[in-house]
Amino acid sequence: MRRHIISVLMENEPGALSRVVGLFAQRNYNIESLNVAPTDDPTLSRLTLTTIGVDDKIEQITKQLNKLIDVVKLVDLSEGSHIERELMFLKVKVSGAQRAEIKRTTDIFRGQIVDVTSSTYVIQLTGDSDKLDAFIQAVAPVSVLEVVRTGVSGIARGEKVLSL
Amino acid sequence: MELLSGAEMVIRSLADEGVEYIYGYPGGALLHVYDALFRQDRVTHILVRHEQAATHMADGYARASGKTGVALVTSGPGATNTITGIATAYMDSIPMVVISGQVPSDFIGTDMFQETDMVGISRPIVKHSFLVKRAEDIPMTIKKAFHIAQSGRPGPVVVDIPKDITNPSDKFEYVYPKKIKLRSYNPPQKGHSGQIRKALDLLMQAKRPIIYSGGGVILGQAADVLTELAQKLNFPVTNTLMGLGGYPGSDRQFLGMLGMHGSYAANLAMHHADVILAVGARFDDRVTNGVAKFCPTAKIVHIDIDPASISKNIRADVPIVGPVKAVLNEMLGAIKDSKREVDKEATNSWWKQIDEWRSSKGTFPYDPGDGGIIKPQAVIEALYEVTKGDAFVTSDVGQHQMFAAQYYKFDQPNRWINSGGLGTMGFGFPAAMGVKLHYPDHDVACVTGEGSIQMNIQELSTCLQYDLPIKIITLNNQALGMVRQWQDMQYDSRYSHSYMESLPDFKRLVEAYGHVGITVEKPDDLKGAMEEAFALKDRLVFLDVKVDPNEHVYPMQIKDGSMRDMWLSKTERT
Repeated sequence: MRRHIISVLMENEPGALSRVVGLFAQRNYNIESLNVAPTDDPTLSRLTLTTIGVDDKIEQITKQLNKLIDVVKLVDLSEGSHIERELMFLKVKVSGAQRAEIKRTTDIFRGQIVDVTSSTYVIQLTGDSDKLDAFIQAVAPVSVLEVVRTGVSGIARGEKVLSL
Repeated sequence: MELLSGAEMVIRSLADEGVEYIYGYPGGALLHVYDALFRQDRVTHILVRHEQAATHMADGYARASGKTGVALVTSGPGATNTITGIATAYMDSIPMVVISGQVPSDFIGTDMFQETDMVGISRPIVKHSFLVKRAEDIPMTIKKAFHIAQSGRPGPVVVDIPKDITNPSDKFEYVYPKKIKLRSYNPPQKGHSGQIRKALDLLMQAKRPIIYSGGGVILGQAADVLTELAQKLNFPVTNTLMGLGGYPGSDRQFLGMLGMHGSYAANLAMHHADVILAVGARFDDRVTNGVAKFCPTAKIVHIDIDPASISKNIRADVPIVGPVKAVLNEMLGAIKDSKREVDKEATNSWWKQIDEWRSSKGTFPYDPGDGGIIKPQAVIEALYEVTKGDAFVTSDVGQHQMFAAQYYKFDQPNRWINSGGLGTMGFGFPAAMGVKLHYPDHDVACVTGEGSIQMNIQELSTCLQYDLPIKIITLNNQALGMVRQWQDMQYDSRYSHSYMESLPDFKRLVEAYGHVGITVEKPDDLKGAMEEAFALKDRLVFLDVKVDPNEHVYPMQIKDGSMRDMWLSKTERT
């Protein structure tokens, strides 16, 4: 069992996303995270999906995805050297000495406090998923009101590109 | 430039695509289209009695002809009634285009009368689907739908058209596109030659080879080249249920169907093979039995146009992605050019072993009984004899289907038409109607059961309207035979709801519909009744044959065993 990041270029058509998501549900594959947005080419969307599975299952997932008419091209980023990031917003309840402590922890993680009220912070953090998990652990003593994560986005290192 | 409304474009596009018949049922969302249909004579519409039957008719036609079948249905219930037919076509990779009406664009999502999200509902069971947004897009969308349905691994495509798009007062320029290109869809045109070379090396060294051929051979129109290759190599051949007719069923090299109800020789030969050439077959669970114990000594060459079918259930040693016909042709050419020979000594002793298996158990033996009651197997044998093996045979699902597959020897492809993947009861009769419409001069027989026939029996009315003289042969055992068999074998004969109680008098029922009904109860009457049915060339004849309810289909593989683990009769197992 290994975590894979599957990056998909697909037609920017209504219903295309539901076909991809539907395929996972109907074939009993798991989606850990998913994000999708248009690219510089307005006819194409780029979707990044993380899933966990044994190699045979991942091979079958990529083959089945490739069969979808809306899927133009795909790559399993985790097969090569790649960069991955996730964006997180964390809303915490803070007061007194905690305010300074949380600010310090945020700085250590190279996050930013992007909203402040007398009783709350909204902290913005980017990094790989492990780093975000670690940050949540680190601020555990304070009361976390809300966590919003984008899911993983990834790109291959160097000259390797996923394009038409 | 010609100006047409959206509704006219739908019908004209079908005509320009070469579609002769469409099967359908009108309704509110489609009335503009039905009006356009009325005012032309290139496309003939067949009015069914239930939309499920429309899809099965389109499907039967597609399986017999190799072309794409078309159904036309209204929104909401009309569309949802096609779901079983679409799923049936999807599981067996049958090219089909289903055009469904939709409520007007502005009303989509308002839960309007007869609205359903057809694209959403059908999504998991289509190769692709379209919701048409503009009338101008109709010709291109229909062209794309046919292209996707019939190329690569074929499958059903849904085209959902909102009513406002077909408004007769809005006219647009009409040109039916000659060609289309889809950047994200390029099915392979040939196999990888390096892989083909590797495959040939394996085949030429094989000591105990076998060809395992499936529905892809039929769909890929590769029966001729498969037959030539198999005969050139002198390899034994077994077909899947879907592949019957892909190799001549009466030929010496044919071992019979394999799998759950496959022949003793076919299943043993698979189990002991050292090289399996799998062609257009997908290692379905009804073939492999327990995958962990599947063919322990075999190297597997797998040819399939769908890469996802390769190594899905059983890992292939030499995968070849490509159209089976092109790949087999390339193999055959390479063998002829290289003058390479198979290991004759080894294959001769392999044949000796196979012939021993065949002679010890026969291909599909059964106990003919004492003549007091008709055996279902005997009905299929009589059908084979009377039609001289030349009929189109459709079936429903259950014991009768397996008996038909075992005892009717198909020497040609596209003659055996049955729902292998989904196992749809109610398929056989409308499928036979689709075949008969297109092949009016051929014998078309639907082998069914008293359970299955009642799932679409309303189509007797359609048969009367369009004068479709097919032959319905019902192996009537007054029970859901295969359910009962499993209950016998796995549930200590607790027949939970497997009885068909309150059966109609089928003879009188079909007579009420204006057809001919014949009831057969005695073995001595069987042959004569069968001859009488087929002698009545211009009438639909329903043969209600009362058969032995205690008969089981054998061989039957033992669950989770290997290919060779089978029940051969109620008391004998391998």
